[in-house]
Amino acid sequence: MVIRKYLLIIVYIVSFNLSFVIASSLAFAKERQTLKWAADTESGAPFVFPDSRNPNKLIGFEAEIIEAIGKELNFDLEFVQNQWDFLIPGMQRGDYDVAINGIEITPDRKEVVNFSIPYYITFEQLIVNANDESNYHTLADLDGKKVGTLSGSLAERILRGAPGIIVRTYDSEAMSFSDLEVNRLDAVLIDQPVALYYASWNKNLKIIDVPFGEVVYGIVIKDDEKLLKDINHALSKLIATGKLRKIYDDWNLWNDVMAAHFNDREKSNAKPYRFEDYIREKGVESSFTDIIKKYWSYAPRLGTAAVITLQLSILSMVLAIVFGLFLALVKVYAPNPFSTMASLFIELIRGTPLLIQLFFIYYALPHIPYIGIKLDPFLAAIVSLGINYAAYEAENYRAGLYSVSRGQLEAAISLGMTKFQALKYIIIPQALRMVIPPITNDFISLIKDSSLVSVIAMVELTKEYDRIASESLDYIGIGIIVAIIYLLLGLPFVKLSKYVEKKFSLIKNGK
Amino acid sequence: MQQSTDYLVEIRDLHKYYNGQQILKGIDLNVHRGNLVSIIGRSGCGKTTLLRCLNCLEILDHGSIKISGISLSRNKESVEEIIKISEKASKVRTNVSMPFTGYENVPSIDEDFQVKAQTLRKKVGMVFQSFNLFPHKTVLENVMMSQRIVKGDSEDTAMLKSIQLLEKVGMDKFIDRMPHQISGGQAQRVAIARALAMSPQVMLYDEPTSALDPELVEEVTDVMQNLNKEGMTQIVVTHSMNFARNASDFVVYMHEGVIIEKGTPEEIFNNAKDKRTRDYLKIFQV
Repeated sequence: MVIRKYLLIIVYIVSFNLSFVIASSLAFAKERQTLKWAADTESGAPFVFPDSRNPNKLIGFEAEIIEAIGKELNFDLEFVQNQWDFLIPGMQRGDYDVAINGIEITPDRKEVVNFSIPYYITFEQLIVNANDESNYHTLADLDGKKVGTLSGSLAERILRGAPGIIVRTYDSEAMSFSDLEVNRLDAVLIDQPVALYYASWNKNLKIIDVPFGEVVYGIVIKDDEKLLKDINHALSKLIATGKLRKIYDDWNLWNDVMAAHFNDREKSNAKPYRFEDYIREKGVESSFTDIIKKYWSYAPRLGTAAVITLQLSILSMVLAIVFGLFLALVKVYAPNPFSTMASLFIELIRGTPLLIQLFFIYYALPHIPYIGIKLDPFLAAIVSLGINYAAYEAENYRAGLYSVSRGQLEAAISLGMTKFQALKYIIIPQALRMVIPPITNDFISLIKDSSLVSVIAMVELTKEYDRIASESLDYIGIGIIVAIIYLLLGLPFVKLSKYVEKKFSLIKNGK
Repeated sequence: MQQSTDYLVEIRDLHKYYNGQQILKGIDLNVHRGNLVSIIGRSGCGKTTLLRCLNCLEILDHGSIKISGISLSRNKESVEEIIKISEKASKVRTNVSMPFTGYENVPSIDEDFQVKAQTLRKKVGMVFQSFNLFPHKTVLENVMMSQRIVKGDSEDTAMLKSIQLLEKVGMDKFIDRMPHQISGGQAQRVAIARALAMSPQVMLYDEPTSALDPELVEEVTDVMQNLNKEGMTQIVVTHSMNFARNASDFVVYMHEGVIIEKGTPEEIFNNAKDKRTRDYLKIFQV
């Protein structure tokens, strides 16, 4: 009975998911004026991040800018999550129309994508431990020291250009600051808004008041002249009407460089209430009930992410089990060119990292001439995970096939069965029974490996963990919760496998 | 008992190589319809290989086999070619390979040969030393399976026939048991019923009682003797001199791939002409 319930849940999840895929492709068919915009919410405050009081709502100065642009152009907005370093490749494969996420306008980037006119100009700042404040003022002071920053950022290029500095790169700001606090780093060089939002309230850290370089943010826009023109037009209008300035004032981001560039020297008198809101939350010591409340508030996000992880895992495993059996049968029983091809395929898949396969299927496949296939993130994830695990399952099956004694095959053949009948009725059923434990093992491992798909614009459990942890700076507490969720996701399948194993086992109780 | 024209099994100049080694060196043997023939001889003399050739679990390399009107023969390849083929085949054979694996592109093993081999298998029932019951199926299902799958009989027809056959071997009380729940002697009786389910013209037994505890041997040989009375043609490879002497119509003594002597049990056990036969029988003190 319990098992039937599990099966029902699985069927429900799978069918829900299929209908979702179908529905989304239908929606794609009757496209309205919708602007798909991308950012990495993990990069957090003050750019684009979930509101801690209402996690379904994205806030941040860039979220407000894109909202204002949408209003100007009368577009509906649709948000697409992608990892920061992959925002440009993601747009090149056509996943979204624009990306706005503190992307600096640089000559090499300008060669591959369109940028809007700048919407924000700032500088880099050094952050050090409070007790090091007097030691470091310039990059030259950091000769031989470890300095962290975001990977792929302008700050990274500045650091790489300074000889003697050991550069450490991070995917999220929060981690670089946490490493700085525990002295794994001597300093962090980062865009001023990040310094303001991550370090200014932290008593252990000190921002060095010397600006470095010039950082110019632009919106990355897909290859569409009209859209580029419209967005530039809308931006200019927002600047002229003071709406953009209002956003920066709210977030405490108006600075001298901006004042010079936009020729707007008037002093700010509006209260930066957004910034103050943010800082207030950071400073407060939380009581136990507050912490529980805070964790509880993450439940819907973690729940949604867990469902996605489960859907991904189950669908990929179904693909792996079916395709793996096919591979194993071809390898063991097909005549030679085919069996060698199957062997080579299995070796190729097993011998290369899943991550590279994911990148290939998602980012490279669309660019291959003639056969370019563009899969949506969910499908790409299932195909990658499914094919990867199929290679492993194929070897499990092969071991299973070999474990069935030769006498079984001979008995079947001598009864007049054909090769196909012997396989279908005698060999495969016995082989399957043997491979239930290793397949369960692989499935548990797949549930965890599914976290790799966060690199292709999928928000599953691990990605959601990264996002929540970098917002709340609580890597430990959220980490434990997420670990427990993974454990719970795997357990029903361990039970299911035990049941199936028993069901298929030769030792039947009773009779 | 001997009607000189009514041979059910005719073997002519049968040769078989394994990995370049010659195992059968020209076997000639005729078996009359309704006879029980025991093949005896030292381990490695080729008696099991001979039996497996009759069922096309091994592919004969030269000569011919004729069973109940179906004739399989190979005469095209030279000895050198045959040796080469057998070496190649031994390399690709695994415990999951099918009987014809390694014989691809051999001219004389064409489609026609393979179709005939398949037809021949259906006329021949095989009982193995290690029973080889299907462990994932019940006793009844073991007997029903080939009728359903190969013959395409309806479930009712197959079940009725299976129960009758299981009755005949005294296993009708155990139809719902799994193979691991019955004794070796019982398993071998089920295996006989399973082979009979295909209504074979001849039954082959490869050391059917060697894996059994001594006290279980008789229940199996009783079944075989009953079949003999009913007129079933049976060829038995055996190490049991008792059985060969008391249950057979004919006894064949093989030595290093050739038949040395054949005759009635009386002729072989009491008046063996060849020294090699007598030396072998001496081991058993008979």
